[in-house]
This record gives sequence, structure tokens and C-alpha cells, in this order.
Amino acid sequence: MAALGSPLRTFHGLLRELRYMNGVTRYRDTAAYKYIREQFRRNQVTEEKLCRAQQELHFQASTYLCLLHSVRNHDMLHQEYHAKGERSPEQVAGLVGLKLPKQPGGKGWE
Amino acid sequence: MLPSLLAITARRLRVFPAALCAQTRLYAAAATERKKFYENVSISHGEGGFEINLDRRKLRTPQGKIFTAPSEALAVAVATEWDCQRDVIKFYTMHLTTLCNTALDNPTLRNKEQLITAALKFLETDTVCYRVEEPPGLVELQRNEWDPVIEWAEKRYNVVIGSSTSIQGPIIPTETKDVFSRHLASYNSWGLLGIEFIISQLKSLVLTMGLIDRHLPVEKAVLLSRLEEEYQIQRWGNVEWAHDYDLQELRSRTAAGTLFVHLCSESSTIKHKLLQD
Repeated sequence: MAALGSPLRTFHGLLRELRYMNGVTRYRDTAAYKYIREQFRRNQVTEEKLCRAQQELHFQASTYLCLLHSVRNHDMLHQEYHAKGERSPEQVAGLVGLKLPKQPGGKGWE
Repeated sequence: MLPSLLAITARRLRVFPAALCAQTRLYAAAATERKKFYENVSISHGEGGFEINLDRRKLRTPQGKIFTAPSEALAVAVATEWDCQRDVIKFYTMHLTTLCNTALDNPTLRNKEQLITAALKFLETDTVCYRVEEPPGLVELQRNEWDPVIEWAEKRYNVVIGSSTSIQGPIIPTETKDVFSRHLASYNSWGLLGIEFIISQLKSLVLTMGLIDRHLPVEKAVLLSRLEEEYQIQRWGNVEWAHDYDLQELRSRTAAGTLFVHLCSESSTIKHKLLQD
């Protein structure tokens, strides 16, 4: 069984992703929020016991958290670097921290 | 003889690209973005399982079948994917919807045996079984990180896998393949589709079984799959728009596949529980 950390941490992580997706005011109305809260409540145990159902749920929850988190990050990187078509030479140079040289008298052919 | 042959070739050339174009257009069109055409997403109970409603219309697959998910959790996850789209629908962020659509439509018309064969083919060239002989740092890293996973899989399934530095890869015994083939056959076609999807992402059957059996978390399995790349990044530096982009994409696809398998084959996971202890 994989080490996943505390279930509460995963739960908070999921809520954070839901807030990112739906906004702070609306996320509590979503089906996902209700479903996740219900599942976490139902599988709460107070004793320090090895509970397979709880562990399975926790694995599922952290997989879902990983999915939401990486989809958001991937989309962010996609919008930043790949969604805008071809870049100008200045922008390409800027990407690797360089600047194009300035030519005071113009480039000659203008 | 020759002219007729030429005519046939010409006809083929003309017919085939056209047919191919039509085929790719059908699937390529769905892969881009689209303007959002609905406000509310809800879930309802249908005959075949859980259905998704976009306003008052039922969600359909690319081939026009009514979309149905076998479990409530999967339906909620798919509905969430549709619900969190803003002004445009970004299909490339909706991995669970895509997997369900593939399972419902089965566009490549593959049956269970073909899926199992495709999955087992990766075992012969499994990422964690292929080792390098230099540089020493990477050799050690591969030994320290991959050996425990192989050991776990050998113990869990009672098989011999091994590793190799040869270009031909390790020789996997027929018994090992039989064991995995029998094990994979216990999953339903949705579960198998998910498993094959993860294997083709991670390029590893061993790592995939680690995920499905909940031995490895997604982040760890992805890290192990990209071990050489991570080693090179540590040495030469990280490039956000290539390395991080790939990492996030691989993570999201792997997580979607894992969740999909677990939500589609609840009954077969109960079988595992009995086997494990």
C-alpha cells in the first residue's frame, strides 16, 4: 500500500481544486463537492485500525486530486506556451532570456 | 498487364487518402476546442447506467450513442469535467470523458483478447526492465528505484520478470505472460481499456500493475516511468515548456486511467483483497 499522507490533507487539496474550477462562492453547490464530502464522511473511522475500504477510498481521492491538479497545471502551461501559434523572433529570444540586438541606424532595408 | 496495374495503383492512391481523411476528420474535429453551448450539467439514472444532461439535452458519444457511465462516482467525475469548462470546451482537458467515449464507441473495434495482447506486448520491452550500463549515477538510480518495484511485482504475482542491459531486453518466461494474461482477463472491457491506456502512457506493465493494485501513487509511478529524463533534468536543467508540460500531461493521463479502472471494476478489486492476505 502506497504512503499517501493524511486523508484530511487530501480532502483539503480536493476542495482547493474545486474552488479553482468553480469559484469560491459556487463550489459548494457542485455534485462533485457533495459526493466527495459524503464519501469522506462515510469512511471516517475514529479508531487507529487498518481499514481497507478507507485506504482504497483515500487512494482514489488522492488519484483524483492528482488528476485535477495536473490537468490545471497542464492547461496553464498549454495556454502560456503552446496555444498562441507561432512567436515573433523577439518573443522566442525572450523565452531563453536573451534580447535581440538593437540597431540604431535601422536595419538598412527599411 | 502493366497499365492495368498502374490503373489499380492510381485508383488506390485516389481512394485511400480520401477515406483516411474522412476518418481522421471524424475524430480530429472532436479533439480541438468548441464554444460552450450549455449552462447546467446534471446526472440522471438511465437504463444503461448514469447519464449526463447538458441543460435539457443528453450528452452523446462522438458516434451518437447516449453517454452512460457504469458507476455514480465516474458519472460525477465526468459531469465535473463538463461543468468546469468556461467559455470554450477544452476537450484535451477531459480525459475521463474521452476514456468513457472510447469504451462506449470502441472506435478501433478491439475485443478483450486483442486488448490483453496489446497490454502484454509492453512486458517484453517494459521500461523498468531495460537498464543502462553508463553513466554510473543513472545505473545506480535505476537499480535503487526500479528493483524494488520488480521485486514487489514478482512477489505479488509469483512470477519471474528480471531485468537486462541487452538491447533485446530481458527474456520473459512464458509462464509470466500466462499469469498476467489470466489476471488481465478478470477485468471487464472498460477496466481493460483503462489498463491498456495507462500501460501505453507509462510504457510499463509492471508500473501499471503497481498503480492498479494501489502499491504506487500516481506521482511515484510517473516519476519511475520518467526516471532517465528526471536524471538528465537534474544534470542539465529543467525547461518548463517541454519537461514540465510533458510531466503534467503524463500525470493527468495516468491519473485519469487509474481512476477510470478503479471506478469501472469495483467487483474485481474485491477479488484482489482476498488474494493479497
